[in-house]
Amino acid sequence: MKRAVLLTMLAVLFALGGCGSQARVWRLTDVRGHLPDLAFTLTDDTGKVVDAADFRGKLVLLYFGYTHCPDVCPLTLTHLHVLMQRLGPLADRTRVLFVSVDPARDTPAILHAYVSAFDPHITGLTGTPAQIEALAKRYRVAYNRGPTLPGGGYEVAHSAGIYLFDRRGRARLLATDADPIGAIEHDVRGLLGTAP
Amino acid sequence: MSRLQRIVLAFAATVLATPAFAAGIAVQQPWVRWLPADLPAAGYATLVNTGDMPVTLTGVSSPDYGAVMLHRSLNRGGMERMVTVNSIPVPPHGRAALAPGGYHLMLMQPRRAIRPGQQVTLTFTFGDGRTITVQAPVRPANASG
Repeated sequence: MKRAVLLTMLAVLFALGGCGSQARVWRLTDVRGHLPDLAFTLTDDTGKVVDAADFRGKLVLLYFGYTHCPDVCPLTLTHLHVLMQRLGPLADRTRVLFVSVDPARDTPAILHAYVSAFDPHITGLTGTPAQIEALAKRYRVAYNRGPTLPGGGYEVAHSAGIYLFDRRGRARLLATDADPIGAIEHDVRGLLGTAP
Repeated sequence: MSRLQRIVLAFAATVLATPAFAAGIAVQQPWVRWLPADLPAAGYATLVNTGDMPVTLTGVSSPDYGAVMLHRSLNRGGMERMVTVNSIPVPPHGRAALAPGGYHLMLMQPRRAIRPGQQVTLTFTFGDGRTITVQAPVRPANASG
């Protein structure tokens, strides 16, 4: 009898343990252990110097772009706006960080006007070229300034990935701008449910 | 052009604004994604060719912007880039989409304070010299389409 109870308890413990450690099925690319924790020092769109510790406790969606980008960056930021709407109150537990790859033109004031036009959960970040390069290199993000166009403008080609960090700042998932909003929503909810 | 002709033309342009037709070609559902701070904005539309011959969009102009360029967003190996194109082909009995993430108009140097909810005037010029003028609604930055 004692043995049967012991076996039952073991079975229950095993089942619980098995359940708790069951690998979650992510719809985005799992990068856990492959990319370093979030770390940077930059200037936010209110002009304040911030670092990664200021965003601990929030699930961070990190995206690189620039304000003189009228097509793809607004499309991605609009997708993230729709994501925030779908998350409802959970959106307050997340933060989108839009890092400029064009610090020469992207002042905090322009960044503020730009990100505010999309969603209140987006923070614009800019900095010195060295600060931005350090963060981009950390996540293997490439960007380069194109030739000067008639009128003096220029484009900046940039990686299109969206990096998801859990609330401890650990790199967890990588989305592309081709991933459906539903996939990002699924995984954000998963991270918010499993993150401590 | 006589005054009467001008009035007739203005009337025709208004009536035909959405969608606007020339023989065999139409510009449908034009819209502009507004951006703040006089940043360049993107314009979109669907070009429909009901004719038997290919048609080419060669340029767009607007009294509301200092410059308009034809652009295309390309994603190669995970890198997003924008390139300037000289023209956009519209196949016979086909269409060309100027849509987010692909071909689009780059609307630069706004000549007045443009706000969401307003309309801007866009004139599409095609390879055979035909032009179509439309009124495009200006939508908020985070509009889904």
